[in-house]
Amino acid sequence: MSLAKCERELKMVLKECGNKNEALLPCLHVACEKCGYLTEEIITFLAKELNLPPVEVYSVATFYSMFNLQRQGKYVIRICVSLPCYLRGSKKILETLKDELNIETGQTTKDKKFTIEAVSCLGLCDKAPAMMVNKEVYGNLTPKKVKKVILQYKAKR
Amino acid sequence: MINLTIDGQKVRVPKETTIFEAAKKMNIDIPHLCYHEDLSIYGACRICVVEIDRRPRLEPSCATVVEEGMVVRTNTARIRRARKMIVELLLANHPEDCFTCERSQTCELGKLAYDLGVRELRFKKARKYHYEPDTTSPAIIRDPNKCIQCSRCIRVCSEIQSVGAIEFVNRGGRTQVLTFFNKGLNNVECTTCGQCILACPTGALRERTVVDEAWEVISNPKKFVVVQTAPAVRAAIGEEFGMPPGSLVTSKMVTALRRLGFDRVFDTQFGADLTIMEEAHELIERIKNKGTLPMVTSCSPGWIKYIEHFFPECLEYLSTCKSPQQMFGPIAKTYYAQKAGIKPQDMCVVSIMPCVAKKFEAQRPEMKASGVQDVDVVLTTREAARMIKEAGIDFVNLPNEDFDKPLGISSGAGVIFGATGGVMEAALRTAYEIVTGRTLPRIEFEEVRGMQGIKNAEINLNGLSLKVAIAHGLSNAKVLLEEVQKGKSPYHFIEIMACPGGCLGGGGQPMPTNLEIRKARAKSLYQEDKNKPIRKSHQNPAIITLYKEFLGKPLSEKAHKLLHTSYTKRNRY
Amino acid sequence: MKVVLKNIEKRGYKGNIDSYLKEGGYNAFKKALKMKPDQILFEIKKSKLVGRGGAAFPTELKWEFAKKCKEYPKYVVCNADEGEPGTFKDRIILENDPHLVLEAMIICGFTVGAEEGFIYIRGEYFKAYEILKRAIEEAERNNFLGKNILGSNFSFKITLFRGAGSYVCGEETALLDSLEGKKGQSRVKPPFPTFVGFKNKPTVLNNVETFANIPEIILKGGDWFSQIGSPLSCGTKLYCLSGDVNRPGVYELPANITLKELIEKCGQGVRGKLKAILPGGVSSNLLTDKELNITLDYPSVQKAGSMLGSGAVIIINDSRCIVDLAKRCAEFFDYESCGKCAPCREGTKRTREIFANITQGQGNLSDILLLKELQEVMYDTSRCGLGQAALNAVRSIIEKFPGEFKEHISKKKCKLKICPM
Ligand SMILES: Cc1cc2nc3c(=O)[nH]c(=O)nc-3n(C[C@H](O)[C@H](O)[C@H](O)COP(=O)(O)O)c2cc1C
Ligand code: SF4
Ligand code: SF4
Ligand code: SF4
Ligand code: FES
Ligand code: FES
Repeated sequence: MSLAKCERELKMVLKECGNKNEALLPCLHVACEKCGYLTEEIITFLAKELNLPPVEVYSVATFYSMFNLQRQGKYVIRICVSLPCYLRGSKKILETLKDELNIETGQTTKDKKFTIEAVSCLGLCDKAPAMMVNKEVYGNLTPKKVKKVILQYKAKR
Repeated sequence: MINLTIDGQKVRVPKETTIFEAAKKMNIDIPHLCYHEDLSIYGACRICVVEIDRRPRLEPSCATVVEEGMVVRTNTARIRRARKMIVELLLANHPEDCFTCERSQTCELGKLAYDLGVRELRFKKARKYHYEPDTTSPAIIRDPNKCIQCSRCIRVCSEIQSVGAIEFVNRGGRTQVLTFFNKGLNNVECTTCGQCILACPTGALRERTVVDEAWEVISNPKKFVVVQTAPAVRAAIGEEFGMPPGSLVTSKMVTALRRLGFDRVFDTQFGADLTIMEEAHELIERIKNKGTLPMVTSCSPGWIKYIEHFFPECLEYLSTCKSPQQMFGPIAKTYYAQKAGIKPQDMCVVSIMPCVAKKFEAQRPEMKASGVQDVDVVLTTREAARMIKEAGIDFVNLPNEDFDKPLGISSGAGVIFGATGGVMEAALRTAYEIVTGRTLPRIEFEEVRGMQGIKNAEINLNGLSLKVAIAHGLSNAKVLLEEVQKGKSPYHFIEIMACPGGCLGGGGQPMPTNLEIRKARAKSLYQEDKNKPIRKSHQNPAIITLYKEFLGKPLSEKAHKLLHTSYTKRNRY
Repeated sequence: MKVVLKNIEKRGYKGNIDSYLKEGGYNAFKKALKMKPDQILFEIKKSKLVGRGGAAFPTELKWEFAKKCKEYPKYVVCNADEGEPGTFKDRIILENDPHLVLEAMIICGFTVGAEEGFIYIRGEYFKAYEILKRAIEEAERNNFLGKNILGSNFSFKITLFRGAGSYVCGEETALLDSLEGKKGQSRVKPPFPTFVGFKNKPTVLNNVETFANIPEIILKGGDWFSQIGSPLSCGTKLYCLSGDVNRPGVYELPANITLKELIEKCGQGVRGKLKAILPGGVSSNLLTDKELNITLDYPSVQKAGSMLGSGAVIIINDSRCIVDLAKRCAEFFDYESCGKCAPCREGTKRTREIFANITQGQGNLSDILLLKELQEVMYDTSRCGLGQAALNAVRSIIEKFPGEFKEHISKKKCKLKICPM
C-alpha cells in the first residue's frame, strides 16, 4: 500500500542510477517524501531492486536522522539545539514548542499534524535561534514568534 | 618485499602485509577484538593500536599496511594506556553478569580486561537502558546488552555465509545489531548455522541451551534415554577439557556419557551409514532414470534452511534423504524400540551435535516419522561438555568404553561425515561398489578432502564419468547453486555443508574454532576412519541387519516413510 | 578584497546564469580550456590555496595526485555537507552564486581528467538544492556542462546528491561511503581519496569555499591570489560569526585579520562581556580574551593551541556557564558519532554522562583527570576526525576555566544558576 504511493518515482530514480547502490539514498529520500515514512514494504522493494539483503537497507535507513521509520506529522519541526543557537536561546524556543503542541521532543501530535525533532546545526546560525518546518526556514526566533508560526500551521488544513 | 622494524627488530614481509600480521610472524600477538582471521578487516575496536614513527596518532595494526622503513612499536606506555581505557569504556557499557554468562570461561573481552590489567572501572556505570534479547530462534539467542559491536557476527553472516540476516541498526551510541525491523532471527533468513556464535567474542550470541531438559529426561525413571553423538563431536570435545585440538576421544566420550546416566550410548555414525545407503541409491536411481540432476546432499540443516530461503526454486535438486540425526531418531523409536520392547512415547532421543542448526531441524514439524517427535533434545558439543563438567567427571583420565549395539555400530564412512568432502567420499565408496559390483581399488578419495572452499572431481563409474563438487561455507555453496539455478551445473552430485570445514567447524563446537583447529579435527576424523575395520557403509553389519529385518531395501516404501523428507519454500524478501 | 563573495555582495546580483555571465562568469573556464592542465596546476600551486573545509591541505597537491593517477574514471566531489555547528558559509555561496562552484568543478574535471562530478549537499539545505538544480540545468543548456563542452572534446556532468542528516558525512571518506549508498562511516586512511576514492577511483574532494576560489585564481593568476592575506595563509577566508555577537554573519576577509578586528569591525562587538571564543567550531579548543590579538590564519590559530577549521567563530559571553556549554558540546558529539569505533562511540557517551552528572551536582574531582586522559586516548585512537576532536573543547574548558569547573564539582554550585543543581 505504502509502496503504491511511490513505486513509480522509485523506479525512475533506480533507472537513472542504473539500479546501482548509489540509488539507495535518493530512493529513501523520495520514499520519505511521498509516503511520510519508510515501511517494510518499501525497504523490501528497494532491497530486491538493488539486490541487497533487506537488513542492509534497513541498516542504512536507520543510520541517517532524516529518514523516518515511523509515521511523522504533516509538519516536521526541526529545531536546532547546537551551540550557536543554544547561546541565542534555543532552549526556550524548544520549551515553547513543546508547550504549544503538548508533546515531547521526538514525538508526534495525536492529530498527526506536528512532529518536533531536536537537531544539530542547520547552517542557519546567523539567524540563531533557528528552526525549519518542513522545507521552510525560520530564524531569529523568540517565543512569541514561534507561537505565531505554530498558529499559522495549525490554521492550515 | 618490505623491510620494517617492529619493537626494535627488523623484519621482511611481503607487500600488502598488515602490521598485525607482520608482528604475528615475530611471535607478537597484538591484542585485538574486532579482528578475525577469517573475516575482512573492520578496524573499529582500536584495541590493536600501535605507535608508528612520524604518525601523529596511534594506528590500528590490523588495518595498516606495512611501508618500507616503517618503525613500529607495539608495546609502550602510551599504547597500554589507550588499550586499557578502551576496554574500560567497553566495560562501562556492559552488564556485570560475568558469573552467570554462558561465555564466562571463553569471553575474549573478559580475557582482554584481565591481560591488560584492568582492575578498576573508573567510568561510573550509568547504563540505564536495557535491550530485549532476541529469543525467537529455536537455536540461537542474541543478547544485545552484551554486544560490543565488533561486527564479527555480521561479517561472518554476510561474508562467509552469504546470508546477511543481521546488521547494525541506528547510529552512534544507539547502535545495535538487529534483524530486519527487529523481527527476530526466527522470522528472517537466518539459517541457524551458528557461525555467528563462534565468531562472537562475548556472550551476546549463544545457543539456546537445553542442558536442563537433558538432565530432566535422564533423571526421569519413566524415560528410556538414548544418546547419539555426531562424528565431529569426538574430534573436538576433548578441547573443552584442555586437550590439544583434534584429540580423538571417542571412547572416553562414550564412558562419560554412560556415566551421565544415558540408558544407551549410540552413534549418529550409524545414522550416517544409513544416510549413505539411501543417498547412494537415490543418486544411482536419478542417474539411471534421468531424474533431476545434480543431486545435492541434504544432511546439513543450516544448508537446507539456506536453500529454502535463497533458492526456493531449486528444492527439487536436494536429495530427499534426512540427515543422519533425523534418520537415527525414527529408527531408534521404531526398529530399536520394538526390539527392546519400549514404547516410542517412553523413549527419549538426545543428540550431541557440533551444530546449532540441528536444534532447529529436530523441531521441524515434518520430523515426526515415528509418530512422536523423532529427536527430543539436541545438545551442542559445548553443552555436552558442560554436563560432563557439572557431573564432576574427570574426562581426561577416563577409561575407554565402546558404544552400545546395534545402533552404535558404524563404518569409517560414517566417521568422515564430520569433515567437508566426507559425505561425498562415503557415498562414492558405496555407489562405486553398487554400480560396478567391484571392490574399490583405492578407498581414499584424496581429491575431495581438504579445506579448499570448492572442490571437484571426476570418478569413473562403469564408463559413466561421474562429476562431483563439494562446497563448505554457504558463500561457496551459493556459487555452485547459482550454476544449478541457471541450468549450467556440470555436476551429477554436489555435497554442501553450511559450516566452514563441515560439521567439525559447526556452530556448536568448542571455542575457539579456526582454520588450524579445523584441520586438526579433520585429521583425527580421517585417522579414525583408517582405524575402523569396516570402512564402507554398505558393509556395516548392523545396517545390513536393519534392512533385512525391518526396512527391506534402500528406497523401499518403509524407508521412504521413515528416512526421507520434503522441503519448504521460504521467502527472503 | 573579495574573491568568493565578489558577486554576492554586488547589489542586484541574482546568481542565475545571466547574472553570472554578466559578471564575467565562465571566463575562467574558457581560459582554462585553452591552457594545459599542468599550467592550471601551476597557477593553483602559486596561489598557495589550501582547503577551506577544515584540514587546510594544499589544494594543488590533491589535484596533482589525482591527475597523475592512471586509473579511470576519475571523479570530482564537492563537499557541501556543511554540518559543523557555527558554519554556514557554504550555504551562502550555494544559494547566491551556485555557478561559481559549478565552474570551479568543471575546471577541476578538465584539469585532472574527470568526466563526472558530484555535489554532496546536506539534506536540510532544501533551498540551496533547488537553486543548484536550476543552475546545473542552466549550465547544461549553455553547454558549460554536457558533452563536448564549448566545442572541445571535454565532457563533464554534475550530479546533485542529498545527504540525509548526519554530521560525520562531512568527513571525506564517510562522505564517499554515503555517496555510494552506504552508511556514512569513515574509511581507514591511507589510502586517501585522491588515490582511492568514490568507487575506489581517484577522486578530488574539496569544500565549497575551496572551489569558489578557483575561478578567480585562473583569471587573475596564482601570484595575484598569494599576495592577498598573509604569506602564511594566502587569499581570503570566509569567517562565520555566531553566538553572542551583535552582528552574526559570514564575512570574507584577507586571512591576516585579527580575532579582535573580526569581532569588533565585522561583528560590531560582543553582546555582553566576552568570556571565550571557539575559533573553529565545537571541535576546536577554546580561546579567551587573552588571545584576542592572534591573526586568524591557519598556522597562527594552531600556534595559539586551537584550530581555525572551517572558520566557525563562536562568541561566548560571561553570562554563560562554561560547564553547561561543555555539556552541550558533549551531547552533540554523542549524537553525531557514527558509532563504528569503540573509543568514539563509548567515549562520547561517557563524556555526556559525566557532564550530566557534574551539572546535577554529582560530579567527582577524579572526573577531571579521567576526562583529560579520555581526550588523549580518543585523539590517539579514534578512527576519524570526529572522535579525534570530540573532546577538544571539553579539554580546553577544563584547562582554561578550572575554577568554574571545580566549583561545580566540589561546591556543587553553578554561580550563574544555569546548571540544574
Ligand atoms: C567530522 C568531520 C566533519 C567534517 N565536515 C565537513 C563539512 O561539513 N564540510 C567540509 O567541507 N569538510 C568537512 N570536513 C573536512 C573533510 O574531511 C575534508 O577535509 C574536506 O572536505 C576537504 O576539502 P578541502 O581540502 O577543500 O578543505 C569534516 C571533517 C570531519 C572530521
Ligand atoms: S546463525 Fe548463521 S545465518 Fe543465522 S545469523 Fe548467525 S551466521 Fe547468520
Ligand atoms: S553480537 Fe558479538 S560478534 Fe556480533 S557485534 Fe556484538 S559482540 Fe561482536
Ligand atoms: S571517530 Fe566516531 S565518527 Fe569517526 S569512525 Fe569512530 S565512531 Fe565513527
Ligand atoms: S547552531 Fe543552530 S543553525 Fe547552526
Ligand atoms: S583489532 Fe584492529 S581495530 Fe579491532
